[in-house]
Amino acid sequence: MFFDTPLLSLVIWLPILGGIAVLLNGDNGFTRPLSLIVSVVTLFLSAGLYTGFDMTTHDMQFVEHIPWIATFGIHYSLGIDGFSMPLIILTAFSTVIVVVAGWEVIQDRASQYMAAFLIMSGLMTAVFAALDAILFYVFFEAMLIPLFLVIGIWGGQNRVYATIKFFLYTFFGSVFLLIALLYLRHVSGSFAILDFHAVALTLTEQTWLFFAFLIAFAVKVPMWPVHTWLPDAHVEAPTGGSVILAAITLKIGGYGLLRFALPITPDAAMTFDWFVIALSLTAIVYIGFVALVQSDLKKLIAYSSIAHMGFVTLGLFVIFGIFANSATGSGAVLAVEGAMVQMVSHGFIAAAMFLCVGVLYDRMHTREISAYGGVINTMPVFAGFSVFFAMANAGLPGTSGFVGEFMVILAAFQANFWYAFLAATTLILGAAYSLWMVKRVIFGEVSNDNVAELQDVNRREFWMLAVLAIIVLAIGLWPAPLIDVMHASVEHLLTQVLQSKL
Amino acid sequence: MEILNENLLLTLVLAPLFGSVVAGLFGKKIGETASHTVTILGVAIAFILSAWVFKQVIFDGASYNDRVYQWLQAGSLSIEVGFMVDSLTAMMLVVVTFVSLMVHIYTIGYMKGDDGYSRFFSYISLFTFSMLMLVMANNFMQLFFGWEAVGLVSYLLIGFWYKKPTAIYANLKAFLVNRVGDFGFLLGIAGVLMYAGSLDYLEVFSQSRVIATQSMSIWPGAEWSVMTVICILLFIGAMGKSAQVPLHVWLPDSMEGPTPISALIHAATMVTAGIFMVARMSPMFELSETALSFVMVIGAITALFMGFLGLIQNDIKRVIAYSTLSQLGYMTVALGASAYSAAIFHLMTHAFFKALLFLGAGSVIMALHHEQDIRKMGGLKKYLPITYWTALIGSLALIGFPGFSGFFSKDAIIEAVHASTLAGSGFAYFAVLSGVFITALYSFRLFFIVFHGEERFEKHDGHMPHESPTVVTGPLILLAIPSVLAGLLIGPMVFGHFFGDAIFVLDEHDVLSQLNYHGVFGFMLHGIVALPFWLAMAGVGTAYYFYMVNPSIPAKLHQSFNWLYRVLENKYGFDRFNEVVFAGGSRLIGRVLWKVGDQTVIDGAVVNGTAKAVGFVSKKMRLVQSGYLYHYAFAMILGVWLLLTYFVA
Repeated sequence: MFFDTPLLSLVIWLPILGGIAVLLNGDNGFTRPLSLIVSVVTLFLSAGLYTGFDMTTHDMQFVEHIPWIATFGIHYSLGIDGFSMPLIILTAFSTVIVVVAGWEVIQDRASQYMAAFLIMSGLMTAVFAALDAILFYVFFEAMLIPLFLVIGIWGGQNRVYATIKFFLYTFFGSVFLLIALLYLRHVSGSFAILDFHAVALTLTEQTWLFFAFLIAFAVKVPMWPVHTWLPDAHVEAPTGGSVILAAITLKIGGYGLLRFALPITPDAAMTFDWFVIALSLTAIVYIGFVALVQSDLKKLIAYSSIAHMGFVTLGLFVIFGIFANSATGSGAVLAVEGAMVQMVSHGFIAAAMFLCVGVLYDRMHTREISAYGGVINTMPVFAGFSVFFAMANAGLPGTSGFVGEFMVILAAFQANFWYAFLAATTLILGAAYSLWMVKRVIFGEVSNDNVAELQDVNRREFWMLAVLAIIVLAIGLWPAPLIDVMHASVEHLLTQVLQSKL
Repeated sequence: MEILNENLLLTLVLAPLFGSVVAGLFGKKIGETASHTVTILGVAIAFILSAWVFKQVIFDGASYNDRVYQWLQAGSLSIEVGFMVDSLTAMMLVVVTFVSLMVHIYTIGYMKGDDGYSRFFSYISLFTFSMLMLVMANNFMQLFFGWEAVGLVSYLLIGFWYKKPTAIYANLKAFLVNRVGDFGFLLGIAGVLMYAGSLDYLEVFSQSRVIATQSMSIWPGAEWSVMTVICILLFIGAMGKSAQVPLHVWLPDSMEGPTPISALIHAATMVTAGIFMVARMSPMFELSETALSFVMVIGAITALFMGFLGLIQNDIKRVIAYSTLSQLGYMTVALGASAYSAAIFHLMTHAFFKALLFLGAGSVIMALHHEQDIRKMGGLKKYLPITYWTALIGSLALIGFPGFSGFFSKDAIIEAVHASTLAGSGFAYFAVLSGVFITALYSFRLFFIVFHGEERFEKHDGHMPHESPTVVTGPLILLAIPSVLAGLLIGPMVFGHFFGDAIFVLDEHDVLSQLNYHGVFGFMLHGIVALPFWLAMAGVGTAYYFYMVNPSIPAKLHQSFNWLYRVLENKYGFDRFNEVVFAGGSRLIGRVLWKVGDQTVIDGAVVNGTAKAVGFVSKKMRLVQSGYLYHYAFAMILGVWLLLTYFVA
C-alpha cells in the first residue's frame, strides 16, 4: 500500500526541505514551532515504515530506484531492511528530542541551529536507506557538514580543536571507504550495494577491502584506538550535537560494518575476526577503566559510549567463533540481534544521559563533577531520572541497556569463554563509573550555593526525559517487537557470511 | 494434577507493583496515609493469594509452569517471562509476603515523620514485586531480572537517607560487590545456554545429566567438567547476593539503611535469594561434587568467621548483621551437604526470627531516639516489655533453644553436615558446631547488655523511654509466633516429601535420609542430650558471666589478646584490602590508561603528531591553503570526480 508513495524519500527530504524553510524563515516566533512540526511529521511518516514493514522477508522494502548520474551508472536507489528500519525511526525520534531540547536553550541563531539538525536528520536517514554506493558515500560525507557546523558554532571553548579533530578523523576513514567502493564498482560493474554482496573476490582482495571498510567505520563507531575524537567532540558540542552524535552518528559505523564489511568480505572478516574482537574487548575493558577516572560529566558519558559500542562490534564478529563451535548457530543470531539492540538502546540511553548533563549545564554552566553534589535536594525529579538512566547505562535488567549486553554476552560465551568473561566485566565497570558519578553529583548534602539555588526540571524537560524513560523501560521489558523485525535480515546476513566467496 | 490460575498469579505479583507505582509517582499528591494504605493493600493481597496458592500446592497438589509472554526470540531460542510454582516457590511466596506485610505495617510507626515516607513505601513494595518475580521465575533470564531488581531496590534503600555520606558510600559498595557476584552469575547463565540450548528451568534440568558428562577447557591443557564450571559460576552470584566470604563485605555496611529494610531485605528475604537459587538448581549442583564441596567450604568459613565478628560489635544492628552472615553460612553449608530442604527450612525459620530481632532492635532504636550504640543502652526490660519478650523469643530461636524454630532447623543442618562425606565436610562440621557456641555468646551478650544491667541511656527531656506504638509491637508479636512454632514443620519439610520434585538429591548424597527422625519430640529429646545444645547453653552462660556477673573479664581479655581484637575490629582486613587493591587499583589503571594510553600515545604521538607532520609539510604548501571551507569542499568534489572518471568512464 505504501509502495505508491515514496515514503523513504519523504522521510529523507521532508526534514531537509523543512530545514531549508526554517533557515529562510530566519529567527522569529515561527522558528521553533515550524521545526517541531517538521520533525514530528517526519517521525509519524517514519512510523509508517514500521507498520508497513514485511517481517517475513529479507528483501529490501519501500524500494525507490531511478537513475541519477546515468553516465556513471549511479542511481538514486533507496530501500530498507530489518537493519536500517529501526535506525531510521531512531533518527527521526532523536531529531524531535533535539528540537525540544534546544527550545529555550538555544537563543543564538536558533533558526540555523534547528535547520542544521533537520537537514542532518534527512541526511542520516538517507545514509541508512541508500542502496547505491555513491549515494551512500555522498550522504555519508554530507552528514558531517551540519554536525561540523553545530559543534563549531554552538560549541564550547575548545571547539575549533574538537571540530578539526573530528572532521579529519572521520574524513581520514572515509577516504578508504571511497577507494573500496570504487574498486568494487570496478569488479562488479555496478554501484548497487546488493551487487557488491554477490561479487566474487579473492582473499587478498577481500582483505584489502575489509580493512578499508574497517578503518572507515571503526572511526565512526568509534573503536579503540581511533576513538579519541569522540570525547573531545562531545565535550565541545552543544547538548543537541551530543545527542545526535551519540544516538545516530556512531550507529552509522556499526551499520556500515553490517552492510558492507560482513556481507562483501566474509572470508576476510572470518580470517580477521580475532582482530576486531580484540579491539572490541579492549574498548569494553580499557575504556571502562578510563571512564571511571573522568572528572568531566560529558567525557565520562562519551567514554561510556565507546565501551557500549564495543558490544556492537563484539556481537557482529563473534559469529564466526560461534559457528565454529556449534552447528545450529542460533547463538550467532543472538549475537547479531544483540548488537543491533545495543545500537538502538544506546541511542536512547546515551541521548538521555547527555540531555541530563545538558539540564545541569544550562543551570550551572559547568560539566565538572566536583562542582556538583547533593543535586537531589534541590532537583528531586531530575535526580529520579538521573538514577534511572544511570542504571540503564549500567545495564540493569528491565531497561533496554540490559537486553543488548545480555544477548551479546550469552552469545560470546559460545564463541570463547574468555570473550564472555572480558565482556561481562562491564557489569562491574559500567556500574562503577555510572553510579560513582551519580553518588558524586546527585547524592549527599547540598555541596555549594549554586546547587542550593537549582530549579528542578520544567515541564518541557520533564516530558523529554519521561518519554525517553518510557521507551528505555518498554524495550527492556519487551524487546520482542524490536527484535522481530530483524529476524529475516539477520538470517539472510548469516547465510551470506557463511557462504565463502573463494 | 490441578493447574493454578494464571490471573491469580499475575495479581499476586502485580499487586505490590501497583502499590509501589502509585505511592512512588503520586505519593506527594495523595499524601502519606493514602501511600501507605495502597502499598499495604497491595502486599496484603499478595499475602492472601500466596496463602491460597500455598494451600492449593501443598494440599491439593496443584502447580504451575507456563509463560506469560515471550520476551524475545532469536533463532531457535525463545526467552520468556513465565512463572513456575511448586512447593518450593509456594513456601517462599508465603515467607516473603508475610514478612513484607509485617514490615510494611511496622514502617508506619518507624518512618513516621520522615520526609521520604511515601518514597519508602514505594521502594519496599517494589522490592516485594522484584522478590516475587525472582522466586516465581521459570527461567534464568527472569531469575536474573529479579536478582538484579532486588539489588536495585537494596541500593535505593541503603542510600535512602541520601544526605548521609556513610549511606551513599554503603549503597554504592553494596551494588558493586553484588555486581561482582552477578558477573559470575551471568557467565554461569551463558554457560547454561551454551550447553543446554535453553534458559527454561525444566528443559535445562532435563539435560543436566548430559551436560555433566561434558568437559570444557578454560585455558589450554586444563579440562574442566562443564557442570562444575557452571555451578561454581552460578554460586558466585549466590555469594554476592547471600553475602558469603569474600563477597560479604557489603552486608554489614548495608545497616546504614532504615531498620525495616534491614529486617526485610538484609535478613529475611533478599539475602536468602542465593540459598533459594542453589536449592532451585539442585538438579545441577547434585551432579558436581566439586561444586558442592566448594559451596560447603565457603559456607563454613562464613558461618564461623563472621560469627566471631559479632562478638565485638557495639552497634545493635551490626551485631545482628553479623549474625545474619553467620546464619547464611549455615544455610550454605547445608546446600553443600546436599541437605537442600534443611537449608530452605532454616531460611524460613531464620526469616521469621531474624526479621523479629531486627524489628525489635528498631523498636529499641526508636525508644532511644535513634541511638544504636549498645553501650548507651541497658536495663530496657521494664520500659519496653513487649520488645523485651519478643526479642527473647527471637534470641532463643537464633541460638537454637529446644522447642524454638531455630533449634529444629539448625540441628537438622548440623546433623546433615555430620553425615556428609564430601570433601570439606569435616571442616564444615567443626565450623557449624563451634558456631553454635559463638552464636549463643554474641546473641545473649547483646540481649543482656541492651535489656538488663544498669541504665546507661540518655534521657531526652527527662522522659523515660517508652514502648513503641501498636503498629510496631503488633508485627513483633505476629513474627514471634512463627519464630516459635515454625519448627514443628520439620517433619514434612525436612524429612518428608514436602518439596517433592522441586528439590533433587542423588541417593548417594542424601544425608537427611540417614538421620533417624522419629517425630518432633524425639528430635527434641535427642537434641537435649546432643553437643550443640550444651554448646549453646555454654554460650549463654558465658555471656551472662561476662556481661552481667563479672564485666571486667571481657576488658581483661581485650587487653591480653589485643592483636586478636585488632584483627576482629578490622574485620580481617577485607575492607582495607578492597579499598586499596580494587578501588584504588581500578582508579590507578584508569588514570594510567587515560593519561598514557589515550593522551600521550594515541593523541600525543599519533594524532597530533600526524597533525604536526602535516603542519610542517603544509608550511611549504600554504599557497593552496586558503582557509576557506568551500575551497576544500571544491577540491574534494574535484578529487572525487577525477577518481570516478578514472575508474569508471
